Amino acid sequence: MTELFLIAHVAGRGVAIPADRVDSVVDIGEIVKVPRADPAVRGLAALRSRVVTVVDTGLALGLAPLGKTARAVITRVDGHYYAVLVDSLEDVASFERRPIAFGAALGEGWRAAATGLVERDGEPLLVIDPAALVPAPLAQAA
Amino acid sequence: MKRSEYGEPMDELLQEFIAETRETLEALSGEIVAWEANPTDRARLDAIFRFVHTVKGSCGFLDLPRLARLSHAAEDVLAAVRDGKRAPDTQLVNAVLAIVDRIGEIVEAIDAGHALDDSAEDLLIAALAEDAAPAIAAGGSGNLRAPTRSVRLNVELLDRMMSGMSDMVLARNELARRMREGDADPRTEAALERLSATVAEMRDTVTRTRMQKIEALFSALPRMVRDTAASLGKAVQLQIEGADVELDREMIEMMRDPLVHIIRNAIDHGVEAPAVRREAGKRETGRLRVSARQSGNRIMIEVADDGAGIDVGRVVAKAAKVGLHDVQTLAAMPEAAKLDLIFAPGLSSRDVASDISGRGVGMDVVRANVEQIGGRVSLDNRPGRGLTVVMEVPLTLSILSTIVVGAGGERYALPRQTVEEIVTVRGDAVRVDLLGDTPVVTVRGVRLPLVDLAGLLDLRSSLFFDLNTMIIVATRDGAFALAVDEVIDTEELVVKPAAPAIMATGLYAGQTLPDSGRPMLLLDGAGVAAYAGLRFGSYEVAEEQQAEQRQGAAALLFQDLDGRRRAIALACVDRVETVSADAISHTAGRLRLAVEERLLPLHANAPVAEGREATVLRLTDGAIEVGYAIAEPIDIVELPAELAPALDPRFMGVAVIGDEQVEVVDPITLFVHEPDAVASAPLCLLQPDEGGWMETFLRGTLEAAGYRCVTRLAPGEQAAVALTLDAAPVPAVPTVHLSRDRAGADGVGTVYRYDRDALLAAVSARIQSKRAA
Repeated sequence: MTELFLIAHVAGRGVAIPADRVDSVVDIGEIVKVPRADPAVRGLAALRSRVVTVVDTGLALGLAPLGKTARAVITRVDGHYYAVLVDSLEDVASFERRPIAFGAALGEGWRAAATGLVERDGEPLLVIDPAALVPAPLAQAA
Repeated sequence: MKRSEYGEPMDELLQEFIAETRETLEALSGEIVAWEANPTDRARLDAIFRFVHTVKGSCGFLDLPRLARLSHAAEDVLAAVRDGKRAPDTQLVNAVLAIVDRIGEIVEAIDAGHALDDSAEDLLIAALAEDAAPAIAAGGSGNLRAPTRSVRLNVELLDRMMSGMSDMVLARNELARRMREGDADPRTEAALERLSATVAEMRDTVTRTRMQKIEALFSALPRMVRDTAASLGKAVQLQIEGADVELDREMIEMMRDPLVHIIRNAIDHGVEAPAVRREAGKRETGRLRVSARQSGNRIMIEVADDGAGIDVGRVVAKAAKVGLHDVQTLAAMPEAAKLDLIFAPGLSSRDVASDISGRGVGMDVVRANVEQIGGRVSLDNRPGRGLTVVMEVPLTLSILSTIVVGAGGERYALPRQTVEEIVTVRGDAVRVDLLGDTPVVTVRGVRLPLVDLAGLLDLRSSLFFDLNTMIIVATRDGAFALAVDEVIDTEELVVKPAAPAIMATGLYAGQTLPDSGRPMLLLDGAGVAAYAGLRFGSYEVAEEQQAEQRQGAAALLFQDLDGRRRAIALACVDRVETVSADAISHTAGRLRLAVEERLLPLHANAPVAEGREATVLRLTDGAIEVGYAIAEPIDIVELPAELAPALDPRFMGVAVIGDEQVEVVDPITLFVHEPDAVASAPLCLLQPDEGGWMETFLRGTLEAAGYRCVTRLAPGEQAAVALTLDAAPVPAVPTVHLSRDRAGADGVGTVYRYDRDALLAAVSARIQSKRAA
C-alpha cells in the first residue's frame, strides 16, 4: 500500500513527510522572536489571520540551526498551528512506507522523529512526522 | 380580555421566553404521550411539572397573566398528584394536557402578535377540579406558528465568522499598503474607501452577534430574591439597574453562578432579620441593588446590600479557628487582607452552613470563576451598614483591552487590567536605588522591585539602561515596576493561547495578531514577576510596621458568657475550639471540660447553655492547660500600654478598645489554683472489699471527679483520703465510711454508698479538713 509523501531537504538530507500530516506548504514572512522559549521555537509568524509557531527543524533534530529559509510545512498539533521550516521542497510522490529494520544507529533527534523509511530510486529517505518536531513544553519555566 | 398582553411590541426577553417554551414543548411532546399512556409514571409527571412550573415562573416577571393563571392551576394539580393527594386518572391527565396545549397556542399567538379568544380557559381550569365533568376538547385554533425571529447559533460558528472578519481586515490593510506604494487611480481609492467602511461596519456587527443584553442574566433575579428572602423570613426589595448593558453571550453564562452566589450571600448573611433591622434603626425591608454599567472595555456588575456588612473580626477569628493562619500572622495582617480572608477556601463568614448559601460554591470559587475570565472581584465593606461586591469583567471573552509597550525593539502587550499606573521618570518623584545588585524604585514613597523587561527577555545585553518609562504592574501577590522603552498604544486585541512550548515559559499569557499583521505576545504580569525571581512576602511589610507601632501586647477580644466584652493576652491562647456542651460538666466542686479523654479545669462566667455547642478558649502557660468558655471570639486587638487598674483581682485592668471598656482577664488567676499535673490529683485509697464493689462502682465516679484511685499504696505514697465499706477506720488517713443502707449515713463521716453527691462532697470535705489541719 502506498502513501503520499512530501520530499523535503532538511539539514542537507532528504526526508519524506507524510502528506496527510501537512496542512499546507508556505513561505513564511517576518518572524517575531519569542524570548526565553525553547530554542527550537524560532518565533511567531502571521499566516493570513492566523499566528503560527515557527519551528527550527535543525535545532528540533538536535543539529545545527537551519539557515535562512522561508519555506515551511504547516502542521496542526493539538489545535495549534506550527510552521516546520525546511531547506527546500522537492516533490510530492507515492511511496511504500517500510520499517527501519536494518539496525541503523540514528542520532537521538532523528530517532525521535523518524517513523519509517521510503525508497526513492534506490535512495532511502527517512519518514519524518512533523508533529514529532514540535518542541514539548519544558518541564519548568527556568 | 387583555390584548395588551401580546399586542405590544415584543422585547428580547419575551422572544427568549417564546423560543424556550417552544423548544421545551417540542421536547415534552414525547413525555406527554408517554404520560397519557401511563399516568402513574413518575418521571413523566416530573417533566411536565417542571414545564408548567417554569412557564409559571417566567410569566411572573413577563406580566403574562393568562399564561400564569393556566400554568398555576396545572402546577397545583400536578403538585397534588406528586404528593399523592390526587390520583392521576384519565380525566386529570386530559385536563392537564389540554392546558399544556393551550399554553402552546397562547405562546404561538403572542409570537404572531394576534389575539386569541380566551373564553375556553375557565373551562380548562375548571376541568382540573376533582369532581369536574370530562373536559371539552381544547379549542383548535393552533398551528399559528409565525416564522422564528431569533436563531440559536453555535459559538464555534461565530468564532469562525470572527476570524474570517480578521482575515478581511488584514487583506484590506495590505491592499491599502500596496495602493499607497503605487500611484493609484482615485476611483480605485474611492472603492477601497467604501470597502473599508463596509469592513469596519461588518466587523462591528459580527462582534455584536456575540453580545447579549445582561437582562438575560438579571431577569431571573426578582424571583430568586423573593424566594430566597421568603425562605429566610426576610423582606428584601430588589432594584435592578443597567439591564440593557451588553455583554458577550459566553460571558453571561460564566457570570451566572458567581452572581447568584453573591446575591444569595447578601440575602442570607448580609440582610438582617426584620426584627434586628428595626432594632438597628433600619427599614425592616432590606435593600438589594444589582447594577451593571460599562466602563471603557469593562463591565462592572455590582451587588450592594444595606445589611450588616462583614464582621472582619469574626472572619479573622474563624480563620484562626480553622487554622488558616496562625494567630500572630492574622493579628499582623492589614485590614484589607483580613477582609480578603473571606475568599480563602473553606471559610464562610457564618459558622452554620445554611441551606441558602452554605452549599455549592464559596467565595473562593466565585473569585476563581471571575478571575478565570479575566475579571476581578472587589469588596466595599461598611460594617453595620452593608456590603458592596463588585465584579469587574472584560466586555467579551475574546477581546482584551491591552497596553502595547516597546522593549528592546520588540512589542509586547500587557492586559490593561493588570496595569496600575504608567510612570514617566522625571524629576525627584521617582528614585532608583540598587539594593545589592537588585534595582528598587521608590514612587511617591512606595518602594517596589524593578524589573527591566528588555533585560529579562535577553533583548539587551547591558545592565545599564536609561530608565524613562515604567509600568506599575499589579499581580495577586504584590506590585512591581516594569521598565520598558516606551508605551506605544492601547489596543483591543483578540488574544489566543500560544503553543504549549511558549506558554511553558510562564512569561506569556497568549498571542495575538494586531491590525499591523505582525504577531505579538501578551505578557503575564505574575509570570514576569516569578521569572524575575521577585518574592512578595505577603505580610512582611505590614508586620514590620505593626511591630514598630505596637506598644501593648496583642490580645484576643471576645464576648464572654455573661455578655461582657473581655480580652485576654494572645500569648496564652493556645487555640479556640468549639465543643459540645455535653463535654462540660460540674464535677468534684468545679467545672470541667472533657477533651481528648482528659479533663481540663474550665472557667465560665455564666452557665453554658445546655445541649448547644460552646466555644472554649484553650489557655496554656506551657505546663498547665485550662479552658475558658466564651460566647464568641470577636477580634484580635492590640492592648494599649496603659490599663486602668482593676479592683477585681481576676482582671489585669480595663482597656478602652474602640469606644468600649474591655476588662482584660489576668491569666495568672486562671492558672493559680490549678494543680501542676495529674500526679497531684488527690489520691483515694480504696480499702479492699469482698466483692470488688468499690473497684466496680466507685473508681469511675472518683476518677471522673478528678481523683486518683488505688487499692494499695505504693511505697512513699500518701493517700489524701481513704474509703472503706467496713466500719474500721484506716490508720493515719481521713476516712469516709460507706454504709450499705441509707439509715446508717450521717452525711459527714459516713455516707450511703449509692448517694453519689453526698459521697463526693464527703471526700472533698475530708481532704479540705486534712489540708486545714
